[in-house]
Amino acid sequence: MAWVLARTVTHALVGLDTRRVEVEAHLENGLPGFAIVGLADRACQEAKHRVRSGIASAELEWPMRRITVNLAPAALRKEGSAFDLPIALSILAASGQIPRDSLAEHAAVGELALDGRLRPVGGVLALAEAALEAGLPRLLCAACSSPEAALAGIEPVPVRHLADAVAYLRGELDPEPWVPRNGHLAEAPALDLSDLRGQERARRALEIAATGGHNLLLAGPPGTGKTMLARRLPGILPPLSPGEAIEVTRIHSVAGMLAADRPLVTSRPLRSPHYSASVAALVGGGPGPKPGEVSLAHRGVLVLDEFAEFQRPALEALRQPLEDGVVSIARVGGRAVFPARFQLVAAMNLCPCGARGDPAADCKCSPQRLSAFRDKLSRALLDRFDLVVAMPRPRAAELAAPPGEASDPVRHRVAVARERLDVARAEWTKEATELLDRAVERLPLSGRGRARARRVAETIAALASESAVGAEHLSEALAYRSPTELGAS
Amino acid sequence: MSELALAAFAAETGSHVVRAPRERAFRVFARRFDEAAYLAGLREAGVGWIARSAPEFPPLLHAIHDPPAGLFVRGEAGLDLLRRATVAVVGARSCSSYGAQVARMLGRELAGAGLVVVSGLARGIDGEAHRGVLEAGGATLAVLGCGIDRDYPAAHRELAARIRATGLTVSEYAPGVEPAPWRFPARNRIIAGLSAVAIVVEARDRSGALITADFALEEGREVFAVPGEITSDLSSGTNDLLKLGASPLTASADVLDVFGLVGAEAEPVELGSSAETVLARLRDGPASADELARLTGLDAGTLASALTELELAGCAVAGGGVYRANSIAT
Repeated sequence: MAWVLARTVTHALVGLDTRRVEVEAHLENGLPGFAIVGLADRACQEAKHRVRSGIASAELEWPMRRITVNLAPAALRKEGSAFDLPIALSILAASGQIPRDSLAEHAAVGELALDGRLRPVGGVLALAEAALEAGLPRLLCAACSSPEAALAGIEPVPVRHLADAVAYLRGELDPEPWVPRNGHLAEAPALDLSDLRGQERARRALEIAATGGHNLLLAGPPGTGKTMLARRLPGILPPLSPGEAIEVTRIHSVAGMLAADRPLVTSRPLRSPHYSASVAALVGGGPGPKPGEVSLAHRGVLVLDEFAEFQRPALEALRQPLEDGVVSIARVGGRAVFPARFQLVAAMNLCPCGARGDPAADCKCSPQRLSAFRDKLSRALLDRFDLVVAMPRPRAAELAAPPGEASDPVRHRVAVARERLDVARAEWTKEATELLDRAVERLPLSGRGRARARRVAETIAALASESAVGAEHLSEALAYRSPTELGAS
Repeated sequence: MSELALAAFAAETGSHVVRAPRERAFRVFARRFDEAAYLAGLREAGVGWIARSAPEFPPLLHAIHDPPAGLFVRGEAGLDLLRRATVAVVGARSCSSYGAQVARMLGRELAGAGLVVVSGLARGIDGEAHRGVLEAGGATLAVLGCGIDRDYPAAHRELAARIRATGLTVSEYAPGVEPAPWRFPARNRIIAGLSAVAIVVEARDRSGALITADFALEEGREVFAVPGEITSDLSSGTNDLLKLGASPLTASADVLDVFGLVGAEAEPVELGSSAETVLARLRDGPASADELARLTGLDAGTLASALTELELAGCAVAGGGVYRANSIAT
């Protein structure tokens, strides 16, 4: 025959979405050669060499014919090394080394090593879900990716070596059994609130933030426990629901951040990028968009330490995800949408030199420097924080206090109050409504500030197991409003 | 010889003149100067002019040894504001939250008793004093160290507009004069000259506010200094003033006594029991929320609620996470 054609199905990732990609191998008579077409990027073009070595290492025959591999649809950019296995299988099927129809109900994904072993790639969960949806009940993937693929409900075929895959497809070998590595058990949080001494007000604010899902800004001089406190927020949040766990796992998988032994993310993620982070690092980006820190913190906590040191564009870019819970990144080739429903905890100093709020130090910041510092935090951004807590330096007596309450009882209270918040909207007592009107006049409170105070007061009432918001709940909520020194109301 | 010509000449040449110079340049300028046209231009810009010889010129300012040729004024208040009993409240630009609180409170209480508060529209103490007056719904005078058409510093543009809505901004400099460091001491002599009493709230050594105090002392005006912590740089200037014999200011009543005035009776406010407990602690000195929690034994939630109650009642203020009682002990 002058030519033969074989086809393998796989999927390409576009952000978190997937597109069906058919890998066609065409063998014809002529000068031996190997070309990959279909908008393959550099890593994808290099598959030529890996596939060739892999087939040789598996002691299979490299067809000495003219080989053209097409990745269809040709208009979609293909990136990365996940196409190695489908390319190899297509070539092997075209050259008759595996039965061509055996590929009909298998999807394949994975990177080949030069010795023929299969290496794991990112995004297997999303790819497995897509394969299942496309009507392919089995997925050939690296052995260590099998538990992750199984989360999608597909039947994974763990492949250690290209030779195994060939033997399996020839029907000579049963697929290796895979073991689900972790069930749905939340790990114990590593950081406990009992490590923190004093700072009763900030602890209380953290509990309120955890209950109502409010964003929290901690402001104070260095060394007062702002970062310590922020990092302990995931520990008092309720565990991820099964659905949320899959969502989080999908994102982390695409980012290539899953641990092989724990494919399912069961604890709430905590991300704390450095303040030098770029816009793309924070909200996601790149030519084939990759999730940024805000998406990696989906259903978890994003801690931004030294909040005022972040570049202004990076901070402004946070506004969309904070508002909508998603990031959408437009590219020439299309648009990627990443979920980004996270809780923001920011920590900052009260002034550039950090001495403000510290009785032992004298702030030497010039008024110009101070106002430049405050200007950086636009009002629109400060408005996204429901709770602002100033954390002045504690005196020695407070540091000598016994360790504070541990995370466990707090988490329990938070869970109970969250249920209460889910069930019904709180009523407002007459006193509370009157107090709010008075506060708007006296403080002064902006329209947004008013709405924030209302939300926080409802959370506080839920924590107190009250069905109605009383004046005491509202007045506590007002204590956590943005102080005037941050230039907001 | 027209005083307006003198002011216009000073603006033209970028100099500071209060008496007709003997140089020829001035004589030429004065001869060509079209006073009517200049005044019309000022009126159009909403700027008034009070010559030194005019009867509206504040008598206290007239009494200093080098009164300005006249004052340019802008604002909605009548010119009689310049003749009412005035008190200068001045201090450091980079002030502490304590200083800011005292300045604001003085502004509020002095204005409440019917006095006119004069200050320099600068950042820090000056701005807070003006804001305090506006809070009390009073009228205040801001003396500028640049042309009357400028709002300097730019960050206080909005404040300047609010001051003009009920009070006046005044300057000896004609429109178009740029702010320059050497003009501010000259501006301070006007602040001191306008006022019967000068109060220095916070000042470092060699602070501009001390220049104001010196002018006031030279002209025999009463000078008050607000005592500060002896460990703070920001109080070294004011504490030195006290050592030199300035009167310590511990309550706004100290100033009101000078004018034979009595402060407005504070309305008694009803406070909850935990708010009362917290206020009693705050009177001993400023404290953070956590310290208050330890001292009063209240839990963080109840305490936060009590503190907001105190803030709303005007009994406490917060700054940098530290709460202070909001009245000078009487």
